[in-house]
Amino acid sequence: MSQTIHEAQEIATAMAASLPQYPDTIILIPAFNEENNIGFVLDAIHREVPGIPVVVIDDGSGDKTATTAKAHGASVITMPYNSGYGVALQTGFIYALQHDYRLVIQMDGDRQHDPKYIKTLIQTIRKEEADVVIGSRFLGVGNYQSSFPRRLGINIFGRLASWITGQKVSDPTSGFQAIRGNAIKFMASDFYPPDYPDADLIIMLHRFGFKIREVPVLMHPNPDNKSMHRGHKTIYYVFKMFLSIFATILRKKPEL
Amino acid sequence: MIAPPIRYISIIICFLLVIYVFELVRRKHLNEEYSVGWLVTGSIMLIFSIFDGLLKWVSELVGATLFTSTLFFFGLMFLVVICLHFSIRISALTNQVRRLTQHTAILYHEKSELEENIEKPGYEVPDSHLEKL
Repeated sequence: MSQTIHEAQEIATAMAASLPQYPDTIILIPAFNEENNIGFVLDAIHREVPGIPVVVIDDGSGDKTATTAKAHGASVITMPYNSGYGVALQTGFIYALQHDYRLVIQMDGDRQHDPKYIKTLIQTIRKEEADVVIGSRFLGVGNYQSSFPRRLGINIFGRLASWITGQKVSDPTSGFQAIRGNAIKFMASDFYPPDYPDADLIIMLHRFGFKIREVPVLMHPNPDNKSMHRGHKTIYYVFKMFLSIFATILRKKPEL
Repeated sequence: MIAPPIRYISIIICFLLVIYVFELVRRKHLNEEYSVGWLVTGSIMLIFSIFDGLLKWVSELVGATLFTSTLFFFGLMFLVVICLHFSIRISALTNQVRRLTQHTAILYHEKSELEENIEKPGYEVPDSHLEKL
């Protein structure tokens, strides 16, 4: 009798050892013309959190982003044409939902996001039992410099999101996040704003009742110094964000 | 009533518009859904152009001094409605194209992954995920 209990314990220990450290977890990286950076990012991820599958969503790049990503061990989903950051990212969420992943890490492929902090995101989401954890560059780690209009935008929409959600949102534009459970379903749904997922997304997540937390992360300045928001698009972005936030709070409490 | 030249021009244009839209539907160049707005606008403008007593009555009702302004005002209103209808349709189509693009990309990825691995010994074909689409 005691023999069998002992055996069962042994089997349990062996099973625990063979279980992956991060089960049902996937990393999504939307990438557009990142052949110079994607390899570096993927290698760093494999060093930091080996064993987590990585999916690069190649958003119709004209360069060798897809081949490079594949050579560095990622799965690659190629969009048939350039469809924008949000659409590419959502494709990853649909993929994650279809394959029953329970925890999604989203990050950029341009070396801005430091893969060292993937563990921090995962630990925070587990410890706080949150649905969404946002990696913020403005919570003390590092010293992130960006242009004045960009800082102003982040500040205004951060304050607006903080005011509406009743909790501090210091970096609403951050694309370095961990999302789990039903929040993945939300990200794959039609509620998701696909052109600039930003402060309005955070407010929507809050309205759905998801628990959002922020965690300080290190972000490096973008080596190519390109941003999603440039030129006349900035004006459209500001307009769209105000409209989207306003429409979101006037909508009836939605259900998934 | 209305000065004859503008009245005849209006009748001819509205008549041609209605005929042309109908012909486009017949040749299947235009879906019935999109033809409705044009046919209604064209027909009403045509009726007003032909029966100018009716136009006079409406003009006095809304307080327009020129009969032609009544005609163009209501014509313009219809165009606004038609344009808005198009914007709504374009939004729906954009969303549909987005979904299609995303699912196409995922399906292509899964297809190439299957093709790569199916020959390898010990490869198990994964369960179908299609029912969740």
